[in-house]
Amino acid sequence: MIDIRVQAEPFDIAAEQEGLWRGQPRVGALVTFVGLMRDMNQGDRVGRMLLEHYPGMTEKALLAIAEEADNRWDLQGIRVLHRVGDLRPQDPIVLVAVTSTHRGEAFRACEFLIDYLKTRAPFWKKEITDQGEHWVDSRTTDEAAARRWKQE
Amino acid sequence: MIKVLYFARLREQLGTAGEEIPSPAEPTTVADLAALLHRRGGVWSEVLAEGETILAAVNQEMARPETPVEDGDEVAFFPPVTGG
Repeated sequence: MIDIRVQAEPFDIAAEQEGLWRGQPRVGALVTFVGLMRDMNQGDRVGRMLLEHYPGMTEKALLAIAEEADNRWDLQGIRVLHRVGDLRPQDPIVLVAVTSTHRGEAFRACEFLIDYLKTRAPFWKKEITDQGEHWVDSRTTDEAAARRWKQE
Repeated sequence: MIKVLYFARLREQLGTAGEEIPSPAEPTTVADLAALLHRRGGVWSEVLAEGETILAAVNQEMARPETPVEDGDEVAFFPPVTGG
């Protein structure tokens, strides 16, 4: 079961997690990653962030990443939520939650999903700081993290 | 026609979110289309300059410079992604 959502509205972390395992007694492990907005980035105080996406392609890209995870590991459920629009420090930005029978599969799939999402899903962050506004640059460390999952 | 979309920093620098471009007569690739836009000069040649890392998608799938572009396609140009 794969559930992908891109939304401007905030989400409830606990409710999203519960939706993945409640009523499914075969689930033995739930692993969740939540990305939160920081108020500092590279020395600047960030007061707001605007998140842009490519409607249509973003959902397709997330679905493709989730399907790849589903093929590589033995999973019970995958949920990927990503916010867009206006964000403030402490807001949850992204949630990746994975359920499986045993923890190992869920841990690996969850890390794979967020590593691939960061380098392959069309989202762009613009930070509004004391110094003005700017588009966030992509990080080579994110590329390196995604490369670890390449299969020979 | 080819529908061309621009996102994030590109959209702001170019001052447009997208446009329709008449399909060229000869077979066209993503690189050909980028070159055509680059030849407009001004901000277009700056944004699409060699050495700038610009990604492209054709019909909402990540594309490469040699990916073909056909009449009716949706082509998007955008900077490296920074979600998550």
